[in-house]
Amino acid sequence: MSAKIRPSKGAPYARILGVGGYRPTRVVPNEVILEHIDSSDEWIRSRSGIASRHWAGPEETVAEMSLAAGGKAIADAGIDPSEIDGVIVATVSHFKQTPAVATEIAHRIGAGMPAAFDISAGCAGFAYGLTLAKSMVVDGTASKVLVIGVERLSDLTDKEDRSTAFLFGDGAGAVVVGPSQEPAIGPTVWGSEGDKSETIKQTVAWDVYRDADPGQVRFPAITQEGQAVFRWAVFEMAKVAQEALDAAGITAEELDVFIPHQANMRIIDSMVKTLKLPDHVAVARDVETTGNTSAASIPLAMERLLATGQAKSGDTALVIGFGAGLVYAATVVTLP
Amino acid sequence: MATKEEIVSGLADIVNEIAGIPAEDVQLDKSFTDDLDVDSLSMVEVVVAAEEQFGVKIPDDDVKNLKTVGDAVDYILNAQVA
Repeated sequence: MSAKIRPSKGAPYARILGVGGYRPTRVVPNEVILEHIDSSDEWIRSRSGIASRHWAGPEETVAEMSLAAGGKAIADAGIDPSEIDGVIVATVSHFKQTPAVATEIAHRIGAGMPAAFDISAGCAGFAYGLTLAKSMVVDGTASKVLVIGVERLSDLTDKEDRSTAFLFGDGAGAVVVGPSQEPAIGPTVWGSEGDKSETIKQTVAWDVYRDADPGQVRFPAITQEGQAVFRWAVFEMAKVAQEALDAAGITAEELDVFIPHQANMRIIDSMVKTLKLPDHVAVARDVETTGNTSAASIPLAMERLLATGQAKSGDTALVIGFGAGLVYAATVVTLP
Repeated sequence: MATKEEIVSGLADIVNEIAGIPAEDVQLDKSFTDDLDVDSLSMVEVVVAAEEQFGVKIPDDDVKNLKTVGDAVDYILNAQVA
Protein backbone atom coordinates (compact mmCIF):
# COMPACT_ATOMS: atom_id res chain seq x y z
CA MET A 1 0.00 0.00 0.00
CA SER A 2 1.38 3.37 -0.90
CA ALA A 3 1.36 5.80 1.98
CA LYS A 4 -0.28 9.18 1.54
CA ILE A 5 2.25 11.87 0.68
CA ARG A 6 1.55 15.38 1.91
CA PRO A 7 1.42 17.78 -1.07
CA SER A 8 3.51 20.93 -1.31
CA LYS A 9 1.67 24.18 -0.70
CA GLY A 10 2.61 27.30 -2.58
CA ALA A 11 1.36 30.79 -3.29
CA PRO A 12 -1.87 31.16 -5.30
CA TYR A 13 0.03 32.99 -8.07
CA ALA A 14 3.43 34.50 -8.82
CA ARG A 15 4.65 37.89 -9.98
CA ILE A 16 7.83 39.76 -10.86
CA LEU A 17 8.70 41.77 -7.76
CA GLY A 18 11.73 43.64 -9.08
CA VAL A 19 14.08 43.97 -12.05
CA GLY A 20 17.73 44.99 -12.42
CA GLY A 21 20.38 45.14 -15.11
CA TYR A 22 24.12 45.52 -15.57
CA ARG A 23 25.76 46.80 -18.75
CA PRO A 24 29.56 46.61 -19.02
CA THR A 25 31.33 49.98 -18.85
CA ARG A 26 32.98 49.67 -22.27
CA VAL A 27 30.73 50.91 -25.08
CA VAL A 28 31.73 49.55 -28.48
CA PRO A 29 30.40 51.59 -31.43
CA ASN A 30 30.18 50.19 -34.96
CA GLU A 31 33.41 51.99 -35.92
CA VAL A 32 35.36 49.59 -33.69
CA ILE A 33 33.67 46.56 -35.27
CA LEU A 34 34.58 47.92 -38.71
CA GLU A 35 38.31 47.69 -37.90
CA HIS A 36 38.01 43.92 -38.48
CA ILE A 37 35.40 43.54 -41.24
CA ASP A 38 34.76 45.01 -44.68
CA SER A 39 31.39 46.66 -44.05
CA SER A 40 29.93 50.04 -43.11
CA ASP A 41 28.05 51.69 -40.27
CA GLU A 42 25.11 52.19 -42.63
CA TRP A 43 25.07 48.49 -43.61
CA ILE A 44 25.20 47.30 -39.98
CA ARG A 45 22.44 49.70 -38.93
CA SER A 46 20.17 48.82 -41.87
CA ARG A 47 20.54 45.04 -41.32
CA SER A 48 20.38 45.00 -37.52
CA GLY A 49 19.45 48.41 -36.11
CA ILE A 50 22.53 48.18 -33.90
CA ALA A 51 24.62 51.32 -33.35
CA SER A 52 26.67 50.18 -30.36
CA ARG A 53 26.95 47.42 -27.80
CA HIS A 54 28.72 46.86 -24.47
CA TRP A 55 31.65 44.46 -24.21
CA ALA A 56 32.79 43.20 -20.84
CA GLY A 57 36.31 43.75 -19.55
CA PRO A 58 38.37 41.10 -17.74
CA GLU A 59 36.85 42.05 -14.35
CA GLU A 60 33.28 41.95 -15.65
CA THR A 61 32.88 38.19 -15.41
CA VAL A 62 29.61 36.27 -15.71
CA ALA A 63 29.46 36.09 -11.91
CA GLU A 64 30.32 39.78 -11.31
CA MET A 65 27.78 41.04 -13.86
CA SER A 66 25.16 38.71 -12.37
CA LEU A 67 25.84 39.97 -8.86
CA ALA A 68 25.42 43.58 -10.00
CA ALA A 69 22.15 42.90 -11.85
CA GLY A 70 20.83 40.54 -9.16
CA GLY A 71 21.59 43.03 -6.40
CA LYS A 72 19.63 45.71 -8.22
CA ALA A 73 16.67 43.37 -8.78
CA ILE A 74 16.62 42.43 -5.08
CA ALA A 75 16.75 46.12 -4.07
CA ASP A 76 14.00 46.93 -6.59
CA ALA A 77 11.87 44.15 -5.10
CA GLY A 78 12.32 45.75 -1.68
CA ILE A 79 13.43 42.51 -0.04
CA ASP A 80 16.50 41.35 1.84
CA PRO A 81 18.94 39.06 -0.04
CA SER A 82 18.46 36.47 2.70
CA GLU A 83 14.86 36.02 1.55
CA ILE A 84 16.04 34.60 -1.79
CA ASP A 85 15.47 30.83 -1.70
CA GLY A 86 15.99 30.02 -5.36
CA VAL A 87 18.59 31.18 -7.91
CA ILE A 88 18.34 30.34 -11.62
CA VAL A 89 21.02 31.51 -14.02
CA ALA A 90 20.43 31.30 -17.78
CA THR A 91 23.59 31.59 -19.85
CA VAL A 92 25.51 30.03 -22.75
CA SER A 93 28.76 31.91 -22.13
CA HIS A 94 29.94 30.81 -18.69
CA PHE A 95 32.94 28.69 -19.59
CA LYS A 96 33.17 26.61 -16.46
CA GLN A 97 30.44 24.01 -16.56
CA THR A 98 30.90 22.68 -13.05
CA PRO A 99 29.96 23.91 -10.54
CA ALA A 100 26.99 25.94 -11.73
CA VAL A 101 27.72 29.66 -11.45
CA ALA A 102 24.31 30.06 -9.75
CA THR A 103 25.71 28.62 -6.52
CA GLU A 104 28.54 31.16 -6.34
CA ILE A 105 26.11 33.99 -7.09
CA ALA A 106 23.65 32.74 -4.46
CA HIS A 107 26.38 32.61 -1.84
CA ARG A 108 27.99 35.95 -2.65
CA ILE A 109 24.70 37.82 -2.92
CA GLY A 110 23.83 36.78 0.62
CA ALA A 111 21.05 34.35 -0.11
CA GLY A 112 22.10 31.65 2.32
CA MET A 113 21.52 28.13 1.00
CA PRO A 114 18.89 28.42 -1.76
CA ALA A 115 18.22 25.95 -4.55
CA ALA A 116 20.61 27.16 -7.26
CA PHE A 117 21.26 25.96 -10.80
CA ASP A 118 22.16 27.06 -14.33
CA ILE A 119 20.03 26.46 -17.39
CA SER A 120 20.92 26.39 -21.09
CA ALA A 121 18.15 27.60 -23.35
CA GLY A 122 19.96 30.08 -25.59
CA CYS A 123 18.19 33.37 -26.18
CA ALA A 124 15.04 31.91 -24.60
CA GLY A 125 16.95 31.25 -21.36
CA PHE A 126 15.42 34.10 -19.40
CA ALA A 127 11.86 33.22 -20.39
CA TYR A 128 12.53 29.57 -19.50
CA GLY A 129 13.96 30.63 -16.12
CA LEU A 130 11.01 32.90 -15.45
CA THR A 131 8.66 30.00 -16.12
CA LEU A 132 10.56 27.70 -13.77
CA ALA A 133 10.62 30.38 -11.06
CA LYS A 134 6.87 30.89 -11.32
CA SER A 135 6.32 27.15 -11.00
CA MET A 136 8.56 26.98 -7.92
CA VAL A 137 6.68 29.81 -6.20
CA VAL A 138 3.25 28.38 -7.03
CA ASP A 139 4.39 24.89 -6.05
CA GLY A 140 5.80 26.19 -2.77
CA THR A 141 9.35 24.90 -3.24
CA ALA A 142 10.58 28.50 -3.11
CA SER A 143 9.07 31.87 -2.27
CA LYS A 144 11.53 34.41 -3.75
CA VAL A 145 13.42 33.26 -6.81
CA LEU A 146 16.22 35.28 -8.42
CA VAL A 147 16.26 34.71 -12.19
CA ILE A 148 19.34 35.98 -14.00
CA GLY A 149 20.09 36.08 -17.72
CA VAL A 150 23.78 36.78 -18.29
CA GLU A 151 26.12 36.60 -21.27
CA ARG A 152 29.63 37.49 -22.39
CA LEU A 153 28.90 36.88 -26.07
CA SER A 154 31.93 38.96 -27.07
CA ASP A 155 33.90 35.85 -26.07
CA LEU A 156 31.91 33.81 -28.62
CA THR A 157 32.00 36.36 -31.44
CA ASP A 158 34.05 35.85 -34.60
CA LYS A 159 35.23 39.44 -34.97
CA GLU A 160 36.17 38.80 -38.60
CA ASP A 161 32.81 37.39 -39.71
CA ARG A 162 31.00 40.27 -41.38
CA SER A 163 27.56 38.68 -40.85
CA THR A 164 27.82 38.31 -37.05
CA ALA A 165 30.75 40.46 -35.79
CA PHE A 166 28.45 43.41 -35.02
CA LEU A 167 25.58 41.43 -33.55
CA PHE A 168 26.46 40.37 -30.03
CA GLY A 169 26.89 42.19 -26.74
CA ASP A 170 27.52 41.47 -23.07
CA GLY A 171 25.50 42.14 -19.93
CA ALA A 172 23.24 40.76 -17.23
CA GLY A 173 19.58 41.22 -16.41
CA ALA A 174 17.68 39.85 -13.42
CA VAL A 175 14.25 39.66 -11.84
CA VAL A 176 12.94 38.46 -8.50
CA VAL A 177 9.84 36.28 -8.77
CA GLY A 178 7.67 35.99 -5.66
CA PRO A 179 4.14 35.26 -4.45
CA SER A 180 1.07 37.13 -5.63
CA GLN A 181 -2.63 37.19 -4.79
CA GLU A 182 -3.48 37.96 -8.44
CA PRO A 183 -2.25 36.23 -11.61
CA ALA A 184 0.71 38.34 -12.80
CA ILE A 185 2.60 35.82 -14.94
CA GLY A 186 0.46 34.14 -17.57
CA PRO A 187 0.66 30.65 -19.01
CA THR A 188 3.92 30.07 -20.88
CA VAL A 189 3.79 28.90 -24.47
CA TRP A 190 7.10 27.18 -25.03
CA GLY A 191 8.80 24.48 -27.04
CA SER A 192 11.73 23.44 -29.15
CA GLU A 193 12.44 22.59 -32.78
CA GLY A 194 15.47 20.34 -32.69
CA ASP A 195 15.26 19.70 -36.42
CA LYS A 196 16.58 23.28 -36.80
CA SER A 197 19.47 22.81 -34.36
CA GLU A 198 22.04 23.70 -37.03
CA THR A 199 20.64 27.16 -37.77
CA ILE A 200 22.19 28.81 -34.69
CA LYS A 201 25.15 27.11 -33.05
CA GLN A 202 28.56 27.21 -31.45
CA THR A 203 31.07 26.42 -34.23
CA VAL A 204 33.26 23.95 -32.30
CA ALA A 205 32.42 21.59 -29.41
CA TRP A 206 34.76 21.83 -26.41
CA ASP A 207 35.98 18.23 -26.61
CA VAL A 208 37.53 18.94 -30.02
CA TYR A 209 40.25 20.90 -28.20
CA ARG A 210 41.23 17.84 -26.17
CA ASP A 211 42.62 16.12 -29.25
CA ALA A 212 43.71 19.15 -31.30
CA ASP A 213 47.20 20.61 -31.23
CA PRO A 214 47.31 23.84 -29.27
CA GLY A 215 46.39 26.78 -31.50
CA GLN A 216 45.23 24.54 -34.35
CA VAL A 217 41.50 24.98 -33.80
CA ARG A 218 40.08 28.47 -33.50
CA PHE A 219 38.14 29.34 -30.32
CA PRO A 220 34.43 28.74 -30.98
CA ALA A 221 32.01 31.41 -32.07
CA ILE A 222 28.25 31.57 -32.54
CA THR A 223 27.14 31.34 -36.16
CA GLN A 224 23.70 31.44 -37.68
CA GLU A 225 21.89 31.01 -40.98
CA GLY A 226 20.55 34.52 -41.22
CA GLN A 227 17.65 34.08 -43.62
CA ALA A 228 16.35 30.86 -42.05
CA VAL A 229 16.53 32.34 -38.55
CA PHE A 230 14.87 35.56 -39.70
CA ARG A 231 11.96 33.69 -41.29
CA TRP A 232 11.48 31.52 -38.21
CA ALA A 233 11.78 34.42 -35.78
CA VAL A 234 9.40 36.75 -37.57
CA PHE A 235 6.70 34.43 -38.81
CA GLU A 236 6.76 31.39 -36.52
CA MET A 237 7.49 33.38 -33.34
CA ALA A 238 4.71 35.86 -34.11
CA LYS A 239 2.35 32.86 -33.92
CA VAL A 240 3.83 31.82 -30.56
CA ALA A 241 3.50 35.37 -29.25
CA GLN A 242 -0.15 35.41 -30.31
CA GLU A 243 -0.72 32.05 -28.59
CA ALA A 244 0.74 33.47 -25.36
CA LEU A 245 -1.63 36.44 -25.57
CA ASP A 246 -4.57 34.12 -26.19
CA ALA A 247 -3.52 31.80 -23.34
CA ALA A 248 -3.42 34.76 -20.95
CA GLY A 249 -6.78 36.06 -22.22
CA ILE A 250 -5.21 39.37 -23.21
CA THR A 251 -6.04 41.17 -26.47
CA ALA A 252 -3.54 43.29 -28.38
CA GLU A 253 -5.64 46.31 -27.39
CA GLU A 254 -5.17 45.48 -23.71
CA LEU A 255 -1.41 45.12 -24.07
CA ASP A 256 0.82 47.99 -22.88
CA VAL A 257 4.32 46.72 -23.63
CA PHE A 258 6.02 44.26 -25.99
CA ILE A 259 9.45 42.93 -24.95
CA PRO A 260 10.75 40.47 -27.54
CA HIS A 261 14.25 39.03 -27.30
CA GLN A 262 16.51 41.75 -28.66
CA ALA A 263 17.92 39.75 -31.56
CA ASN A 264 17.83 42.30 -34.34
CA MET A 265 15.74 45.44 -34.97
CA ARG A 266 14.52 44.05 -38.29
CA ILE A 267 13.07 41.02 -36.51
CA ILE A 268 11.45 43.25 -33.89
CA ASP A 269 9.92 45.56 -36.52
CA SER A 270 8.60 42.67 -38.58
CA MET A 271 7.15 40.91 -35.53
CA VAL A 272 5.30 44.10 -34.54
CA LYS A 273 3.90 44.31 -38.07
CA THR A 274 2.96 40.62 -38.24
CA LEU A 275 1.29 40.75 -34.80
CA LYS A 276 -0.56 43.95 -35.83
CA LEU A 277 0.23 45.53 -32.45
CA PRO A 278 -1.62 48.83 -31.90
CA ASP A 279 0.43 52.08 -31.79
CA HIS A 280 -0.08 52.51 -28.05
CA VAL A 281 2.01 49.40 -27.28
CA ALA A 282 5.54 50.40 -26.15
CA VAL A 283 8.05 48.20 -27.96
CA ALA A 284 11.49 47.38 -26.50
CA ARG A 285 14.21 48.47 -28.94
CA ASP A 286 17.16 48.12 -26.59
CA VAL A 287 19.11 46.23 -29.29
CA GLU A 288 20.15 49.59 -30.80
CA THR A 289 22.60 50.35 -28.00
CA THR A 290 22.96 46.93 -26.32
CA GLY A 291 23.23 44.51 -29.25
CA ASN A 292 22.00 40.94 -28.92
CA THR A 293 22.77 39.77 -25.37
CA SER A 294 20.92 36.44 -25.66
CA ALA A 295 19.53 35.38 -22.25
CA ALA A 296 20.15 38.84 -20.78
CA SER A 297 18.23 40.82 -23.39
CA ILE A 298 14.67 40.67 -22.05
CA PRO A 299 15.35 41.74 -18.43
CA LEU A 300 17.82 44.40 -19.66
CA ALA A 301 15.18 45.77 -22.03
CA MET A 302 12.52 45.56 -19.32
CA GLU A 303 14.66 47.56 -16.91
CA ARG A 304 15.40 50.22 -19.52
CA LEU A 305 11.72 50.62 -20.51
CA LEU A 306 10.83 51.18 -16.85
CA ALA A 307 13.82 53.48 -16.18
CA THR A 308 13.07 55.69 -19.19
CA GLY A 309 9.35 55.92 -18.43
CA GLN A 310 8.31 54.17 -21.67
CA ALA A 311 6.66 51.56 -19.44
CA LYS A 312 5.43 51.76 -15.88
CA SER A 313 4.85 49.45 -12.95
CA GLY A 314 1.60 47.52 -13.36
CA ASP A 315 1.72 47.58 -17.16
CA THR A 316 0.82 44.39 -19.02
CA ALA A 317 3.77 43.15 -21.08
CA LEU A 318 4.21 40.34 -23.60
CA VAL A 319 7.67 38.77 -23.41
CA ILE A 320 9.05 36.25 -25.89
CA GLY A 321 12.46 34.63 -26.01
CA PHE A 322 13.68 32.58 -28.98
CA GLY A 323 17.01 31.28 -30.16
CA ALA A 324 19.51 28.45 -30.47
CA GLY A 325 17.96 25.02 -30.20
CA LEU A 326 15.79 26.21 -31.69
CA VAL A 327 13.84 27.01 -28.52
CA TYR A 328 11.18 29.52 -27.64
CA ALA A 329 9.05 30.68 -24.70
CA ALA A 330 6.46 33.44 -24.47
CA THR A 331 4.24 34.70 -21.67
CA VAL A 332 2.35 37.78 -20.50
CA VAL A 333 3.48 39.48 -17.27
CA THR A 334 2.57 42.41 -15.10
CA LEU A 335 5.62 44.69 -14.87
CA PRO A 336 7.12 45.27 -11.40
CA MET B 1 -3.47 29.09 -60.69
CA ALA B 2 -1.89 32.44 -61.42
CA THR B 3 -0.56 33.25 -64.91
CA LYS B 4 2.95 34.59 -65.46
CA GLU B 5 1.57 38.12 -65.86
CA GLU B 6 -0.41 37.82 -62.63
CA ILE B 7 2.67 36.59 -60.76
CA VAL B 8 4.81 39.50 -62.02
CA SER B 9 2.11 41.96 -61.06
CA GLY B 10 1.58 40.33 -57.64
CA LEU B 11 5.32 40.28 -56.92
CA ALA B 12 5.58 43.93 -57.94
CA ASP B 13 2.92 44.85 -55.39
CA ILE B 14 4.67 42.78 -52.70
CA VAL B 15 8.06 44.38 -53.38
CA ASN B 16 6.40 47.79 -53.36
CA GLU B 17 4.76 47.07 -50.01
CA ILE B 18 7.90 45.67 -48.35
CA ALA B 19 10.73 47.70 -49.87
CA GLY B 20 8.90 50.80 -51.08
CA ILE B 21 10.06 50.28 -54.69
CA PRO B 22 7.64 51.61 -57.38
CA ALA B 23 5.75 48.58 -58.75
CA GLU B 24 6.53 49.54 -62.36
CA ASP B 25 10.30 49.13 -61.63
CA VAL B 26 9.81 45.45 -60.80
CA GLN B 27 10.71 43.88 -64.17
CA LEU B 28 11.75 40.32 -64.99
CA ASP B 29 15.42 41.19 -65.60
CA LYS B 30 15.83 43.20 -62.36
CA SER B 31 18.05 41.86 -59.60
CA PHE B 32 16.42 42.01 -56.16
CA THR B 33 19.59 43.12 -54.38
CA ASP B 34 21.39 45.16 -57.04
CA ASP B 35 18.49 46.91 -58.79
CA LEU B 36 15.61 46.91 -56.32
CA ASP B 37 17.43 47.41 -53.01
CA VAL B 38 15.77 44.31 -51.52
CA ASP B 39 18.32 43.02 -48.97
CA SER B 40 18.56 39.43 -47.73
CA LEU B 41 16.12 39.97 -44.85
CA SER B 42 13.56 41.86 -46.94
CA MET B 43 13.87 39.02 -49.47
CA VAL B 44 12.60 36.64 -46.77
CA GLU B 45 9.57 38.90 -46.25
CA VAL B 46 8.96 39.00 -50.01
CA VAL B 47 9.19 35.22 -50.19
CA VAL B 48 6.78 34.64 -47.30
CA ALA B 49 4.27 37.10 -48.79
CA ALA B 50 4.60 35.38 -52.18
CA GLU B 51 4.07 31.97 -50.56
CA GLU B 52 0.81 33.19 -49.05
CA GLN B 53 -0.43 34.94 -52.16
CA PHE B 54 0.36 32.16 -54.65
CA GLY B 55 -0.09 29.13 -52.38
CA VAL B 56 3.41 27.77 -52.92
CA LYS B 57 6.34 26.75 -50.67
CA ILE B 58 9.75 28.35 -51.17
CA PRO B 59 12.25 26.67 -48.78
CA ASP B 60 15.15 28.67 -47.28
CA ASP B 61 17.68 26.71 -49.36
CA ASP B 62 16.00 27.85 -52.59
CA VAL B 63 15.66 31.52 -51.63
CA LYS B 64 19.33 32.24 -52.31
CA ASN B 65 18.92 31.10 -55.95
CA LEU B 66 16.24 33.71 -56.63
CA LYS B 67 18.52 36.48 -57.89
CA THR B 68 16.16 38.23 -60.30
CA VAL B 69 12.44 38.88 -60.47
CA GLY B 70 12.38 36.43 -63.41
CA ASP B 71 13.96 33.71 -61.22
CA ALA B 72 11.21 34.18 -58.64
CA VAL B 73 8.43 34.23 -61.25
CA ASP B 74 9.72 31.01 -62.85
CA TYR B 75 10.08 29.37 -59.44
CA ILE B 76 6.51 30.23 -58.47
CA LEU B 77 5.16 29.08 -61.87
CA ASN B 78 6.89 25.70 -61.47
CA ALA B 79 5.91 25.37 -57.81
CA GLN B 80 2.26 25.93 -58.72
CA VAL B 81 2.41 23.05 -61.17
CA ALA B 82 4.17 20.80 -58.65
